[in-house]
Amino acid sequence: MKHVVIGTALLALVPILLGSNFYINLGTQILIAAIFASSYNMIAGWGGLISFGHAAFFGAAGYGAALLVLKGGFGHLAAALLGILFATALAGVIGALALRATGIGFLMITLALGQILWGLSYRWVSVTGGDNGLTGLTRPKLLGLSIDGAGAYYYLTLAVAVVAFLSIRQFAGSSLGASLRGSRDQPRRMSALGFDVWLIRWITFVYAGFWAGVAGLLFLYYHRFVSPHSLSIAESAEVLLMVILGGAGTLSGPIVGAAIIVLVRNLVSAYVEHWPMLLGALFLLVIMFVPEGLVPGLATRLRALRPSGRKPTIPAPPSA
Amino acid sequence: MHAWAVQTFNSVAFAGLLFLLASGFTLIFGLMKIPNMAHGACFMLGAYVGYSVIQAGLPFFVAVAAAGVALALLGAIVERVVLRRMEANEFAQVLATVGIGFIIADASLWIWGGDALQIPEPAWLRGPVRMGDLVVPKYRIALIVCAAVAALALWLLVDKTRLGAMIRAGVDNPNIARAMGIRVSTLSTFVFCLGSALVGMGGVLGAPIISIYPGLDFDMLPLAFIVVILGGIGSLAGAFVGSIVIGFIYTFGQAWVADLAYVILFLPMALVLIVRPQGLFGRPAA
Repeated sequence: MKHVVIGTALLALVPILLGSNFYINLGTQILIAAIFASSYNMIAGWGGLISFGHAAFFGAAGYGAALLVLKGGFGHLAAALLGILFATALAGVIGALALRATGIGFLMITLALGQILWGLSYRWVSVTGGDNGLTGLTRPKLLGLSIDGAGAYYYLTLAVAVVAFLSIRQFAGSSLGASLRGSRDQPRRMSALGFDVWLIRWITFVYAGFWAGVAGLLFLYYHRFVSPHSLSIAESAEVLLMVILGGAGTLSGPIVGAAIIVLVRNLVSAYVEHWPMLLGALFLLVIMFVPEGLVPGLATRLRALRPSGRKPTIPAPPSA
Repeated sequence: MHAWAVQTFNSVAFAGLLFLLASGFTLIFGLMKIPNMAHGACFMLGAYVGYSVIQAGLPFFVAVAAAGVALALLGAIVERVVLRRMEANEFAQVLATVGIGFIIADASLWIWGGDALQIPEPAWLRGPVRMGDLVVPKYRIALIVCAAVAALALWLLVDKTRLGAMIRAGVDNPNIARAMGIRVSTLSTFVFCLGSALVGMGGVLGAPIISIYPGLDFDMLPLAFIVVILGGIGSLAGAFVGSIVIGFIYTFGQAWVADLAYVILFLPMALVLIVRPQGLFGRPAA
């Protein structure tokens, strides 16, 4: 808890220290990406199920809420809640289909189903606006406070991110989280012990879809705009890279990965136009040289420097 | 009646293209146990290479061959240099092919720009031909012939030759195949080259029908997925039947519900996953 409080306090100082809207917005983007990556980490890291369609939930919440506000005449709060509900329900359906398989089969099914939704958003122009997406959204007042400014939106995102982080940490430490890791490492033994491996995975998948939806909603109101890109395969690949770059199955790994990817994308693409190539190269480098991710990789290297350090306990507890 | 006949013909032509795309994908998947996520990018790169060769003034079928050779070389490099390093770690291999796909796609954007490019069909295949009541473009007939030749050649290779027997052995049980003295890793390189060459040639052959543009890679990759999930992983017959089914659904879908054609494509896949997860021609996992 101490780390969380210190971390939150430091992050709360960011707008004051940096001042410039550019950096504050960068911080907001990192926080949104961190929520998204943490949600993906539940299913990929602790569940051991690599999905290629996680952006579907991120985008579905955005499209759901945007459509309700712009075309359905709903209020922002109702639209936001229904948008997240939509993403969660979608995760329920996609999870039920995709979890018929594991491993590579799961990967392929999630990719194909994710592409259906992308196809819908891209081709069903009369509803989704096609490639142009949906524009014209404004940020509402929240509890009477304006969230129009970069700083205000940053604090809103930070608050949500802290809740997300604590919830996901709670999940990882719970008996459900433990049985999820068990079903990743020893699915047959878990079944033999009487655990419903399928149900454990499905619940995790739906919960991950919920937090991806929350991130997608923040993203929608951050850009005041949603386009098919938010549920594209590139977006799914990016969140996967964030998680494996930082370290799958750790609490802080996805956050570190999200920060690095967002920073690299924003700072580097100011100089080079070729972000996908860089993304691809990062993928290759990480897989070839730090397959366990930066956080665990650095941790083992640090531990090797200090032989007196605490030895890791065997069923790795989720530590920050 | 006439419209139906035209759509049926177009479906078969598109099925031919799909087979060129999916046959390599399914062979690689069968032997190496990984979906090559760069397969769509290879299709696109093949088309771009063909475009450049034609721009240089060479004939169309030279461009097809050149794309095949170029992609085979690329396939060899990818398999030997990258995938070989992470043998037995299927997830790492899949993720590596994702990275390679992004690099190929972005490099193509860099070299050939963002505008859609068109490869004209060769002069002697231009124009329509009458088949009874039906008037159809000559080029599409040529495409169907090419795909049929490829299907026949692959079938002969896999079912009738010694090499094919070794590939089938590797698909069925790589460990026992190794114990019998078959070099499965050499086979993997060969199959990866073959699959890449096929899809590269498919890219050039398809380009006169579907222009070449950035994003073509991820338009084609899911099609390969659907065909292979439908037909069963590693099965050439499955790829053949899957291509025809998807070719028909796509073409008729485009004609009837243009907005949702892309979505309808995935319905047979979802159905197969629910009723027969191993695919029409696949065998249940051991």
